[in-house]
Amino acid sequence: MYGFEAMTFNIHGGYLEAIVRGHRSGLLTAADYNNLCQCETLDDIKMHLSATEYGPYLQNEPSPLHTTTIVEKCTLKLVDEYKHMLCQATEPMSTFLEYITYGHMIDNVVLIVTGTLHERDVQELLEKCHPLGMFDSIATLAVAQNMRELYRLVLVDTPLAPYFSECITSEDLDDMNIEIMRNTLYKAYLEDFYRFCQKLGGATAEIMSDLLAFEADRRAVNITINSIGTELTRDDRRKLYSSFGLLYPYGHEELAVCEDIDQVRGVMEKYPPYQPIFSKLSYGESQMLDKAFYEEEVKRLCLSFEQQFHYAVFFAYMRLKEQEIRNLMWISECVAQNQKSRVHDSVVFIF
Amino acid sequence: MADHGGGGGCCPPMDLFRSEPMHLVQVIIPIESARLTVSYLGDIGLIQFKDLNAEKSPFQRTYASQIKRCAELARKLRFFKDQMSKADVKSSAKSEAKAEFNFDELEIKLGELEAELTEVNANNEKLQRGYNELVEYKLVLQKAGEFFKAAQSRAEAQQTEASSQQAAEDSLETPLLKDQDSTADQGKQVKLGFITGLVPQGRSMAFERILFRATRGNVFLRQSSVDEAVIDPHSGEKVEKNVFVVFFSGERAKSKILKICEAFGANRYPFAEDLGKQAQMILEVSGKLSELKTTIDAGLSHRANLLETIGKQYEQWSELVRKEKSIYHTLNMLSIDVTKKCLVAEGWSPIFATQQIQDALQLATVDSKSQVGAIFQVLHTKELPPTYFRTNKFTESFQTIVDAYGVAKYQEANPGVYTVVTFPFLFAVMFGDWGHGICILLATLFLIFREKKYSSQKLGDIMEMTFGGRYVILLMALFSIYTGLIYNEFFSVPFELFSPSAYACRDAACSEATTIGLIKARDTYPFGVDPAWHGSRSELPFLNSLKMKMSILIGVAQMNLGIILSFFNALYFRNPVNVWFQFIPQMIFLNGLFGYLSLLIIVKWCTGSQADLYHVMIYMFLSPTDDLGENQLFPNQKTVQLVLLLLSLIAVPWMLLPKPFILKAQHNRIHQGQSYTPLEGTEESLQVEAGHDSHDHEEFEFSEVFVHQLIHTIEFVLGAVSNTASYLRLWALSLAHSELSTVFYEKVLLLAWGYNNWIILIVGIIVFIFATVGVLLVMETLSAFLHALRLHWVEFQNKFYEGDGYKFAPFSFALLVDEDE
Repeated sequence: MYGFEAMTFNIHGGYLEAIVRGHRSGLLTAADYNNLCQCETLDDIKMHLSATEYGPYLQNEPSPLHTTTIVEKCTLKLVDEYKHMLCQATEPMSTFLEYITYGHMIDNVVLIVTGTLHERDVQELLEKCHPLGMFDSIATLAVAQNMRELYRLVLVDTPLAPYFSECITSEDLDDMNIEIMRNTLYKAYLEDFYRFCQKLGGATAEIMSDLLAFEADRRAVNITINSIGTELTRDDRRKLYSSFGLLYPYGHEELAVCEDIDQVRGVMEKYPPYQPIFSKLSYGESQMLDKAFYEEEVKRLCLSFEQQFHYAVFFAYMRLKEQEIRNLMWISECVAQNQKSRVHDSVVFIF
Repeated sequence: MADHGGGGGCCPPMDLFRSEPMHLVQVIIPIESARLTVSYLGDIGLIQFKDLNAEKSPFQRTYASQIKRCAELARKLRFFKDQMSKADVKSSAKSEAKAEFNFDELEIKLGELEAELTEVNANNEKLQRGYNELVEYKLVLQKAGEFFKAAQSRAEAQQTEASSQQAAEDSLETPLLKDQDSTADQGKQVKLGFITGLVPQGRSMAFERILFRATRGNVFLRQSSVDEAVIDPHSGEKVEKNVFVVFFSGERAKSKILKICEAFGANRYPFAEDLGKQAQMILEVSGKLSELKTTIDAGLSHRANLLETIGKQYEQWSELVRKEKSIYHTLNMLSIDVTKKCLVAEGWSPIFATQQIQDALQLATVDSKSQVGAIFQVLHTKELPPTYFRTNKFTESFQTIVDAYGVAKYQEANPGVYTVVTFPFLFAVMFGDWGHGICILLATLFLIFREKKYSSQKLGDIMEMTFGGRYVILLMALFSIYTGLIYNEFFSVPFELFSPSAYACRDAACSEATTIGLIKARDTYPFGVDPAWHGSRSELPFLNSLKMKMSILIGVAQMNLGIILSFFNALYFRNPVNVWFQFIPQMIFLNGLFGYLSLLIIVKWCTGSQADLYHVMIYMFLSPTDDLGENQLFPNQKTVQLVLLLLSLIAVPWMLLPKPFILKAQHNRIHQGQSYTPLEGTEESLQVEAGHDSHDHEEFEFSEVFVHQLIHTIEFVLGAVSNTASYLRLWALSLAHSELSTVFYEKVLLLAWGYNNWIILIVGIIVFIFATVGVLLVMETLSAFLHALRLHWVEFQNKFYEGDGYKFAPFSFALLVDEDE
């Protein structure tokens, strides 16, 4: 039904689209960030945030404030908004919204499994989990000894179950194969999400495939950079790349054989959309790459609001909000540790 | 603008007719007395401070830290309030003992109280947790005990069955080994470990499933739901829970199960297998429970006492904190001098308040023992001052009706004055029934008599609106009693109140009274409509014609009032162009056509002529030179009509053309003149000149002005017709109202009466009452209200009202309370 979404979209999606656009206009602006960056203490930050949408969430916090409290409350707001939208959503939008959280679910699974591997307290780990990626039996993950158990015990009940088909081994868990598991899961998740969006069709498919392709490419680059100098073989490395995106398939071939960061750069600069990202970096540098990618992502996410009658705005809003929370966390950390000169290192302005 | 303050000389000063004259004042306050000064000014509540630090973010302002302190105190107070509402402690509205608190003292005091309260809470929580744990333990003991007992009795039953079987088989070939087998089985059973505990009911299924998977089915789980929700010791929430017993074998299984229990938030409790021990444990636990209960009660009563003392002063504290916060917010709007010795405030204040403000400044200087007094001076500005009407509780709601459309421009004629009378009157024209009027009067009198009580408490949405408009409703009710008497309707029943009807029957039988007609027997009925009209065949034609004509008369009168007000505005703002090229042609146009119609209506009423007014009006346009024939109402009518028509035709270009050209000429003149006038010496005139400069350098777009005037003219010319027609809603609504009430009276009440059955009668009366209250008193009131509102906003106010001002929003403690709630 491409081109006719406008006729029927508002029947089910109109209210939520209005809501999400309303939320979007509550995002902090560059002026807000400028003000926040000038703050001297965390209380100043609280004071400034109390004039924004975050106000009601922070106003009842007693005064010696911690960065974690700020981040926690801001995340709580995001979660509340998400839950409200999910409650109101009908099919297929509710599925779409659920898909957004699977990434957090994977992160949480990995967090708990690694945590228990290093014998950390489960409750403590649970507190660190992202609330969007929680599921009922998440704490039980601690019981599992290897992938097979992990799958059979817990994950078979979760939406992540189908993604596991590729990584069930009886090997005991260690840091290396947990990381591989994370990437395999993420790959399967992205591919599944991509397929789902294609099935939805229309503007959603168009915009989401662009956003997801960017995500997949970014992961491919990150995997490559992180696996340089490890014992991961080239074939294994290539298995972790998602089977779509701008780099697929030829770029993946080239990335798989990269041995250092400059080679990665050489590969990426062949792709016009990624050229500006890498041209900003000096040779041999990978520190600022994350920020450059985030900036590009934010730009693309913001653009998705230019079109109407599609679901990508929900995805974009959630991502932007997460970026905003990351920004707030960075700013508050810098303020708390008196490192204000470094504030601009990692803050990505959204507007 | 300030020199217009004298009242323009055209009319005596009226409080409501023009908004208060305002001036921009500057107050320079020494920093040591700043807080006190602002606080005193807040008590007066007649200055609207301007934000002089608009470009600074909140935490960069001078008093950011004080505001932070206030926010912290407000947070503590919210915490207290939360705790009080949880403990059902009411804060006493106003404490008698008015202990004056210093801000710093209050801060310390609140801090102490908060610490104490949190400590008490923590202790209570700890105790409560212990208590809840014991409650859970007891439940486990009871439920699990039941499992074991049931299992045991079943096992015994099985055993006896088995043994009886054995006994039966014994006689034949009993292998001695079998006994040993069973004992060996028993021995194995003993090695089975078990865990007992509680798991939330919602998660029990998942719990069971995971247990099964983790141990590959090598568990035996029994669950039993607890009847009442128990309070979870960790979260403190009420949860429905299941008691479970898991049997397992082996250490690995045990550690897995323990982990799973932990993951599911299942609380485990030790459990003795021995029946005797169980009973003992239950006794022990019950004893501890009752002990803990008394401790908890003591703790709770301590907490209640604490909250009680907080509750006594809560209102006072929160008011103080609110005040302090608003004071510092205001102080933050003032710009600080370079020397940091004084603050500079700018703001609007009404001229009459000057003395009051100066007194307050004086007092603040004295009270704060400052050596330097605050300096008060008036600034000259071209900025438009805010609009401020001094209303009382009666006029306030009428002013609100006007403000809802748009706040009056500074010192423009305020339609609110006339609205006080015309609004309820137009309403009543549509709602003419003195029975209904009395009902509404009683309702609103009830509100007015309980005014003191209601104004202090919070009401519901609709109730609050009704209460706010109680004086509007009062006048509406009084006027509708008046018009109801004129229409002679009491729940649609006519009464011969003032004298017997003027008409009488032709003969004694009077059978055809409603159809053929009556003869006039007495003098004309002295007030309102003769009751004899009611129910006659010619009732509707008569009333329609009456009400329609009345609507036009009222409409033309009100529109004329609107145009006259535009004249007063032009006079007041010294704008002769508007008088000559707007007011006069508008008057001529409206009165040449519809004023003449009104005149004809009155003449027709007075003379009893049978002329057809439609015909007269229509042919006045179509063929003005034709003879009027039988439609002539007065001599020379044709000439008069011709003159009026010509005047109206001239009035249109008169309105349209001259004004834009004159404006253009004025603009050019000012511009030319300006470049040659020598500047005068005084600083004041310099300032004024500068103001002029910036104002007049705006581009003069002739085409824009012309199009604007064109639109204005077209609007007026078409509006004269359509607005007059719009006033016919007065007739339409009043017709609808009387017809509806007739229907309810005749088709419900009289019909029920006709059955001669008291049950039907009661049902009929109930239906009648509900229909009258629901449809006529509520819905009809609302619709007539809305129509009256429209007639005021559109038909009346578009003749003169600009409504582009902004409201005076003073810094005042009295207004603070409403804002917060």
